[in-house]
Amino acid sequence: MVAKIVAPPALSQPGSGHVLGPVTRRAALLGAMGGVGSLALAGRSAQAQASKPAEIKVGIATFLSGPSSVFGVPGRQAAEMLFDELNEAGGIGGVKVRPIFVDEGPGVDHFVGEYRRLVQSENVNLIFAGISSADCLACAPLSDEMKRPTLLWDCGTQRIFEDGKYEYAFRTQANATPEVLSALLYLLRAKPDFRSIAVVNQDYAWGRDSWDIFRTGLQALKPGVRVAAELFPRFGATDFSTEITRLLALRPDVVLSTTWGGDLDAFIRQSFDRKLFERSTFVLPLAESSLERVGKSLPAGHIIGARGDHWFLHPSPRDPALLARFTENYRKRFNTYPIYSTHHMAQAVFAMKAAYEKAIAAKGGAWPTDAELAAAFKGLEFPSLTGSVRIREDGQGLEDQLIGTTLHTDKYPFAVMTDMVVFPAASVTAPVGQKSLDWLKTLKPDMVQALPQPVAYKP
Amino acid sequence: MSRSTEILLALIGAALVLALAWAVPWLRFVMTIALAKGLAVLGILLLLRAGQVSFGHALYLAFAAYAVAFGASVVPETLVLLPLAALGAALLGLVVGLFVVRYREIFFGMLNLALSMVFYSVLEKFYAITHGTDGIRLPPTTFAGQTLSNEAQGWAMLVLALLLSLGFGALIRAYLASPMGQALAGIKTRETRLEFMGISGRRVLLAAYVLSALMAGCGGAVLAMTTRHVTPALAYWTASGELVFIAILGGAGSVFGPFLGAVAYELTRVYAAALVADAWQMILGLVLLLVILFAPGGLWGMGRALLARRRSA
Repeated sequence: MVAKIVAPPALSQPGSGHVLGPVTRRAALLGAMGGVGSLALAGRSAQAQASKPAEIKVGIATFLSGPSSVFGVPGRQAAEMLFDELNEAGGIGGVKVRPIFVDEGPGVDHFVGEYRRLVQSENVNLIFAGISSADCLACAPLSDEMKRPTLLWDCGTQRIFEDGKYEYAFRTQANATPEVLSALLYLLRAKPDFRSIAVVNQDYAWGRDSWDIFRTGLQALKPGVRVAAELFPRFGATDFSTEITRLLALRPDVVLSTTWGGDLDAFIRQSFDRKLFERSTFVLPLAESSLERVGKSLPAGHIIGARGDHWFLHPSPRDPALLARFTENYRKRFNTYPIYSTHHMAQAVFAMKAAYEKAIAAKGGAWPTDAELAAAFKGLEFPSLTGSVRIREDGQGLEDQLIGTTLHTDKYPFAVMTDMVVFPAASVTAPVGQKSLDWLKTLKPDMVQALPQPVAYKP
Repeated sequence: MSRSTEILLALIGAALVLALAWAVPWLRFVMTIALAKGLAVLGILLLLRAGQVSFGHALYLAFAAYAVAFGASVVPETLVLLPLAALGAALLGLVVGLFVVRYREIFFGMLNLALSMVFYSVLEKFYAITHGTDGIRLPPTTFAGQTLSNEAQGWAMLVLALLLSLGFGALIRAYLASPMGQALAGIKTRETRLEFMGISGRRVLLAAYVLSALMAGCGGAVLAMTTRHVTPALAYWTASGELVFIAILGGAGSVFGPFLGAVAYELTRVYAAALVADAWQMILGLVLLLVILFAPGGLWGMGRALLARRRSA
């Protein structure tokens, strides 16, 4: 049975509802200016509130335009659904929650302005920011400056808490290091005697960073692997024929690609057409988000991941009913399978709920201030759709990682995972106070033997 | 329009910006960004007088922004970084200008675009130095040796941007009225005549080009110190396009145009984004279409026409 879903409350309509007198051009102009002013002036009383608010407003930054909207739009959809469900269940501490979405598409300078608007004009209680690592890097210091609790819900870079210390910014998910390292560890066990590797990553920060992490880990865990090629096609590339031709000629045992979105779809389809999958084993740590789109073009026997333990067929979810309900409701409402960004959004929503409850309990039932709420995130353990996540003292979330091998079944028109390994978060995340690349260098090859056993796909 | 009216208008405009920033705290940031972009657009306006459109002026903006980002870790002083970054941008403008002023119209525009994209690629590819698309976070800067609170720093940047805008606005107005400025118009109408008069079109354009780079540099430095995070997107061609967009929106007829356009552009953008998070681009596009169709003189031209009609009525 599916819970009834109420329509999301309308976004505020700034500047509307102004009654104009006899409409001359000047009056209309003045009226419009007045409307603008009154909207904005509403935010003037923005202060840390300690009394119970009428509603909890949450600013959510996500990509609604541009290539990253393949993650951003599902993230928004998941937020709409989860906020509705939360409100139907009575909200948090009896207070309803309301999302206010902003688009990350226009870039960092616009986003920094939007962040200020959310805090000072909309007076949001919390902010969920960002898919883009640049946006997270820019807003983490802002959260301390403006003293507004901020959850970094999806961005990947490990630099945020390794290079800085923040009191108001927390990450409700893992970072690039565990996401890439777990794929490497899986590869080392699944295919221990590979001798050469080639990389095809998008030419921007994530593509470079993730290869750095992978290569550093590889040198520590299995020195002597030959890097056949390092290819960095343009971000947003649609044609991978040169890369594929080179890979066909070089015949590396393994092809790594942390590419995502339309780029990955194109790369998979073109590699399939030219039978590159038959020559090399692919390692695609973000492929879970493309599975439904590429369908049967992604053959069986290749290694894929999902930036965390996000998989609608997770082998051992903490609460199977919760995962099944989420997957079913999401499919019913949006007609597609939930991907990892929806899981990340769910984690931010669940973390918000858990932190409010923790802070309210700590205050004996009274409503927490912004600072008390922020303090509640430290050391918070909250459920995810598949397991649980703990926020460390440095603000970084500890999230398990799931990696598997593709398999085709009759039940789904796309590849699913088999031989799934769930890596415990602590084993693959750089400890507090250590930089990822330094930590990766200290890894020992016997780490691979200590991995959990893979679990096969169960129809 | 007489000189005293213009001074009065400029002061009223400045007062309005300050009042808006005071009444609506979050708009202070938006206003500072708008003025910073307005400075760069003022350079575009200068080149438009010569009939040349640069699709690559974000290069100078981004260059100064990155100069500030790198410089801030050495000397975190606003009043040192700003002139240094602006001078750097002007120098770069001189070097680039020596080549691009040989070309006109589409070739001039495209060459500028190409060079700004080269800089974009450099910022993106030298990953170990620039952190690629993740960008660089700026440390807080001091102001005349004083460490200001965030609030005060915000005001300082706005006032700085406002003073720069007023200063450069006055300078450009005087420049356009001077022989150098008149010669720019000569390039637009017929350059050969200009050459017959013994004036080198290239030199005239080069002077304007360097001045425009200097102003874009000032804008970039203010932008970097306000957002305190720089990314290569600053140098991307869409950022240059945005500057041209603002120039058209504001109108190229007067030095007020760029600032009017920049403020209108930023306000439209933030309010459109607040109103409809996933279709704000459409609103922005519609606004530009309306301006092009019904007010080819831009917002400034529209305002002037209204005033003139009232006076004649």
